[in-house]
Amino acid sequence: MSIDMSQFHEAFFEESFEGLEIMESELLDLDVGAGDVEIINTIFRAAHSIKGGAGTFGFMNVSEFTHVMETLLDEMRDGSRGVTQFAVDSLLQSVDVLRTMLEAARDKTDVDEEMVAERYATLEAILKNEGGEAADAPASSAPTQEEVSTAPGNNSGWKIDFVPHPDLLMTGNNPVHMFKALQEIGELSAVVNLDKLQPFTEGSPEDLYLAWELTLTGSATKEDVLEVFEWVEDECDLSVASLDGEGKAAPEPEVVAAPVVPAAASVAPAPVAATPAKKAKIESKQKKTPEATSIRVGIDKVDEIINLVGELVITQSMLDQAGDDLEALADSVSSDGGETQKANAEILLRLSKGLAQLERNTRELQEGVMRIRMLPISFVFSRMPRLVHDLSSKLSKKIELVVSGEETELDKTVMENIGDPMVHLVRNALDHGVETPDIRVAAGKPETGTLNLNAFHQGGNIIIEIKDDGAGINKAKVLAKAVEKGLVSEDDNLSDHEINNLIFAPGFSTADVVSDVSGRGVGMDVVKTSIAKLGGTVSVSSEEGKGSTFTIRLPLTLAILDGQLVTVGSESYVIPLIAIIESLQVDRKRINQVAGKAEVYKLREHYIPIIRSREVFGLEDDTRDLHDSLMVVVEVEGAPAGIIVDDLQGQQQVVIKSLETNYRKVETMSGATILGDGTVALIWDVNGMVNVHKRKLNRNTTRA
Amino acid sequence: MSTSEQVNDDTASSESVHQNQYLTFLLGDEEYGVDILRVQEIRGWDSVTTIPNAPAFIKGVINLRGTIVSILDLRERFGIESVEYNDLTVVVVLRVKGTDGDKERIMGVVVDAVSEVYHISEEELKDAPDLGYAINMDYMKGMATVDEKMIIVLDIDHLMSLKDIDAMEKSGSVLTEG
Repeated sequence: MSIDMSQFHEAFFEESFEGLEIMESELLDLDVGAGDVEIINTIFRAAHSIKGGAGTFGFMNVSEFTHVMETLLDEMRDGSRGVTQFAVDSLLQSVDVLRTMLEAARDKTDVDEEMVAERYATLEAILKNEGGEAADAPASSAPTQEEVSTAPGNNSGWKIDFVPHPDLLMTGNNPVHMFKALQEIGELSAVVNLDKLQPFTEGSPEDLYLAWELTLTGSATKEDVLEVFEWVEDECDLSVASLDGEGKAAPEPEVVAAPVVPAAASVAPAPVAATPAKKAKIESKQKKTPEATSIRVGIDKVDEIINLVGELVITQSMLDQAGDDLEALADSVSSDGGETQKANAEILLRLSKGLAQLERNTRELQEGVMRIRMLPISFVFSRMPRLVHDLSSKLSKKIELVVSGEETELDKTVMENIGDPMVHLVRNALDHGVETPDIRVAAGKPETGTLNLNAFHQGGNIIIEIKDDGAGINKAKVLAKAVEKGLVSEDDNLSDHEINNLIFAPGFSTADVVSDVSGRGVGMDVVKTSIAKLGGTVSVSSEEGKGSTFTIRLPLTLAILDGQLVTVGSESYVIPLIAIIESLQVDRKRINQVAGKAEVYKLREHYIPIIRSREVFGLEDDTRDLHDSLMVVVEVEGAPAGIIVDDLQGQQQVVIKSLETNYRKVETMSGATILGDGTVALIWDVNGMVNVHKRKLNRNTTRA
Repeated sequence: MSTSEQVNDDTASSESVHQNQYLTFLLGDEEYGVDILRVQEIRGWDSVTTIPNAPAFIKGVINLRGTIVSILDLRERFGIESVEYNDLTVVVVLRVKGTDGDKERIMGVVVDAVSEVYHISEEELKDAPDLGYAINMDYMKGMATVDEKMIIVLDIDHLMSLKDIDAMEKSGSVLTEG
């Protein structure tokens, strides 16, 4: 029986990483001292399914490691161990280790054994060090419960009555495998019970009529035993009873699926420990059901549907034009008189009504399909509490994180790429923004700093705000630094806003001390570039002593773009609106030649390069007088440039299509789109345009 | 060439029938053949959107039911004198496999007219003689004679390889660095 398990790996990893996220966020919610059983349960469940999955797929190191975590959690859950800060921190770090292990398993790379061993040892140490740690536990019940939890270890073994239902084999389970698993955790002896065996002529060969009495000796816990039978608990009658040291079987055999017997004070210790755990398990199972309202679908399938709907929209808009003609036709036909003519007009009107309805349906369908790709931003925000938790202790600062608007939705691809820039901004706010408690108190501010994360929709964009109530940006320092680095000159008359945004300039860092948290000199410019790659912008506003607010503005989706239609030569092109600063008519007096070849334009106080798009596209040697031509001023990596176009048309939202799918990358173009009339228009990559322009200039100079 | 994974959905059931069938088209007096399983559709010439700085034989891109497809002029690709496009001018839309292992692409080729569908067995397909510099042998799968006519069977994967296009663009283009 060899099934290729690797096909399920992807799902396992995906689920495990989700599980890790749950563990992490719940651990952060866990109050030290009085652990909420429900929260511990959630963490336990996540750990348990990772362990189970890892075991099934043969990632033994993962499952062993998780097992130790699980044991610790289990003891916290049944109250035999207090929830200490140390234990929670250790568990958080273990989550990280587990994540590394899973990533290594997924990428088939080696895991840092030393790190794992170290973490493993810490967990083991916590587990062993019961006396010291348990001091934090509720005093009343701690001592007895502790004895209880160690009891299974002293137990010499278990007596297991295993009576499978006849259809157990039909569900794909095999008792032999379970027995083998039991053998791994102890000494097993089995007695088969043939009472129910049917005569050879009767009974089905596929049914199972055997029952077993198993005796397992060794140090295995009851949980271990039950786990072996986990998959078949509904297909068998099972009872597990303890054999105590003298061989006297302890009473109170427990049927797994049966309702839990309330623990009376007089009952022997062993079942007491197991009972609350089990009860919680059952409760949580019932609780989990309503959450299962999502399905896993490959993103390529969704994209395929989005493509198809895109085509439908184009077809629909073609029909829409025809529909307008139909109405006009119907009017003229019916006014011509004649019975048949009137009937024809009726049909035409019905058709155009149908088309109007189709338009509505298509639009709704498109919106609906686009929403499939949208996820709440909480996927990114949920990374932050951990970051703040870790950093504030590292920097010895007190910071409270306030998150709002987590339910704001944005495109999955945008989401995947916004995480790192946001982490960077949050780190930055904690490191440079919020002050240490003593400074804060001295400045008359509350000891604990606040970091606000907020997200909301505005127009076709999503706005993410990262706001701290720290020291704010020291404008004098920023300006001095910028002058020193030659980014601006001293007599540049910069507004406060312009000065603040200098921190996004390449190579800019004002941190006095280069810490390992942030401030390695690369930073804000990288943030700006990665956000720009997503078609977004970032800016900062700040008030000294009061704090700073970073505002990220992102398109809701990467599939659609707001564009300006322009004409160059005989073709229409789309310029992404986000790249355009302004459009203007060229004034001859403002054009200057540099070195006889390069042209610059004096735009208010600055000189910007002039780029003749016809020349960049190799259409012709463009030597026209540019007076009165149209120039689109775009921003490329922070610097403006003026691109000459033949004509400006309207602005339009376009669906982005890849040129690379069936052709290849074109340096000056970022993609293509289909216009309302069905023709293709290419979308400019202004960056590439500037690069080609520069190369042409270089070539011309070297030739000359 | 004609392995099962490249078979169109509608032809999958009758794959064996289509084995070794070639669609032929005309460029001037010459007749060229391509594996019929690679032909997605045949359409009339329609205006294209030009791509800046592309080599001359890349006419541009069209909207093929929502997909952006590039169009290549075979006359210009072979360096044969080009003619004005007319009503007979057709675009054969082909599914091309990358020669360097990249994924399948859809590309259209402009030809003078489509001719016939022939069955050419492996034995009938002869190696083309070395024609020296005139035609790059990589583009030819072989030659065959059907009804007294000579047919040049093309290896479209090599013919449409973007590596070659890149190379031609680099050598012929003004975009060369420095």
